[in-house]
Amino acid sequence: MENLDIKRPENIVYRKPALLTDNIMHYCPGCSHGTVHKLIAEVIEEMGIQDQTVGISPVGCSVFAYNYIDIDWQEAAHGRAPALATATKRLCPEKYVFTYQGDGDLASIGTAEIIHACSRGENIVVIFINNGIYGMTGGQMAPTTLLGMKTSTTPYGRDPKLNGFPLKITEMLAALDGTAYITRQSVHTAAAARKAKNAIRKGFEYSAKNIGLSFIEIVSTCNSGWKLSPVEANKWMEEHMFAKYPVGDIKDVLK
Amino acid sequence: MAFKGTIEIDTQKCKGCAVCIENCPAKCIRLSKSVNSKGYRYAELANDGCVGCASCATVCPDSVITVYRVKI
Repeated sequence: MENLDIKRPENIVYRKPALLTDNIMHYCPGCSHGTVHKLIAEVIEEMGIQDQTVGISPVGCSVFAYNYIDIDWQEAAHGRAPALATATKRLCPEKYVFTYQGDGDLASIGTAEIIHACSRGENIVVIFINNGIYGMTGGQMAPTTLLGMKTSTTPYGRDPKLNGFPLKITEMLAALDGTAYITRQSVHTAAAARKAKNAIRKGFEYSAKNIGLSFIEIVSTCNSGWKLSPVEANKWMEEHMFAKYPVGDIKDVLK
Repeated sequence: MAFKGTIEIDTQKCKGCAVCIENCPAKCIRLSKSVNSKGYRYAELANDGCVGCASCATVCPDSVITVYRVKI
């Protein structure tokens, strides 16, 4: 089992990206945030833009994203990351600016900011983590929570008469003229993670072309909030989340 | 052409989420019987079926897996 002949530096085919710091992530075991952080770090490393990238971290579990990826960061007020990204990109147009937001941040309190940033066609990248729940504050219902899904504020399941319907914000944003690339991906399998990485890379490349905003939704799990094990949460996501939030490209102006 | 691979796991950082085990096409990862200093059962190599495909490392949320591969 322990094959010491193979364990040589020249045989490495995959290792932790150098851009990820050695801090132990505070996320729960199996959380999609860690995987997405890694993909972003890989893309920035491969494009060689570490010193030209500014990330805007949100409020939510990923508020500490600046502890994990070794680039320049700013921390925005709740939901206001697209506004801060707009300012950063306009003041430093040569920088690659991206926001990293959850569904409670982007689809709820920050709806106005994201819609107007998309409408203005700011040349930024938005990474949107959609796990259908408020993870950090204890699993409350989010706008993206599925119908019938149990959360701490909808203990009998989300009822459309009382709680409204799930918000498909990605499709909404695709209707706006200022957006260049809109896609929905996931990271629960290796193949899906590679596709998501390609989408993130495409987003960064489009932002350099100044053709509008790139929006990458990652359908994710919150196994603690969903009260499932990480592997069960991935299966639950495949069965239920993908029915409402199908993965794939929604809009690409260069195609 | 065939490949032979192996993985190295940072057992102190592994949180035992088992997503790598589910994604391993060769079914050669398992959770350990012992726990690390944080109390998590960590992932470990279960047999020598690894081909170095890096599926486990790609989905690892905590980036604790390094993958090695050689042609045989």
